Amino acid sequence: MKRFVDLHLSPPIQNLDRIQRMVNRSAELEYSLVGVPLPTGTAKDSIEKLRSVCATANMDFAKRIDLTPRTPHELLHLLRRVRRRFEVVSVTCNSKAVARQAAKDRRVDLLSFSATNLHRRFFDQAEAELASKALSGFEIDITPLLELTGFQRVHLISRLRREVGVASKFNVPLIISSGASKPDQLRSPRDCAALASLFDLDAQFSLDALSEIPSALVERNRRKLSPEYLAPSVHIVKRSNE
Amino acid sequence: MRRMKRRYLALHIVGEQSINKSELMDTLWTALLQLYGEYGASQAGLKLIEFTSRNGYAIVRCWKDAVEVVRASIASITEIEAKPATIHVLRVSGTLKALRKKTRIARLETHAGECETRQ
Repeated sequence: MKRFVDLHLSPPIQNLDRIQRMVNRSAELEYSLVGVPLPTGTAKDSIEKLRSVCATANMDFAKRIDLTPRTPHELLHLLRRVRRRFEVVSVTCNSKAVARQAAKDRRVDLLSFSATNLHRRFFDQAEAELASKALSGFEIDITPLLELTGFQRVHLISRLRREVGVASKFNVPLIISSGASKPDQLRSPRDCAALASLFDLDAQFSLDALSEIPSALVERNRRKLSPEYLAPSVHIVKRSNE
Repeated sequence: MRRMKRRYLALHIVGEQSINKSELMDTLWTALLQLYGEYGASQAGLKLIEFTSRNGYAIVRCWKDAVEVVRASIASITEIEAKPATIHVLRVSGTLKALRKKTRIARLETHAGECETRQ
């Protein structure tokens, strides 16, 4: 059985009641891991509260941060500060320079782009080539597909179709998330996969983008963040005093 | 001639207000038309089989080849009669009998989960 993951659940962090409802709804929809973006200065007890809410609903919880730097320099500065503290690092690219820097940096897990302003979507062949080498994933949120109507949705679907084609050509890992800030915006993994068929994503491929790919990303980062990790394929098995 | 296969979808309507059959079907057809147009909608073979307004469960039927189309349209619904609402596809099956059986099990599991959460 597949282990479904929603890496982008974005409820307001202060609203614990809404978080609880969203986590419970995600559990009902058969997700087993959720990623919640947290501000940089989130207190430890807030994180623990979130973790316990998820644990009550039998859900795994991944700490995520969404960075929106204005310059590549700011991005590097932010990555230095936050990489060791979060399991998933996503960068919202609002300029081409930031997009290129984020795509080639191995510390960035997910690249995301504006859904409303298509001029700010920089996921082209060059970006995909860099992302493929650095193992950065391309994240697609489902919520804008639900919220937008008319021509805006038509343009978004058309752009996503092109970007998904580029991503598969360069083997960039695709990750489908909900991007939901309200319980009403949550959809089951199979419904998300059906919506992904709008931009010509094969059903099996979209189910992987909702399960295996994000799950592997979180596992890889957890391994890297553990104190036993030294380098790729090198980790401490036993310490001398044990 | 090849026989066209059908699929039955069990739906759960989550919303603030209760709705009736025609409102549900209007919403489903509108979503289908918006996403896939008249040509796509004509290939879906969408039909309401069962509807319980009391608990918001429904069963619809469509052609097997159009399951993904219908599913995407249903997932794209965000409101019914201008009120926020969502429709979740609980199960898909080839026969009504199997669908009812699967849905009953799924509902029991959900209720058991809710009870555990409340405790």
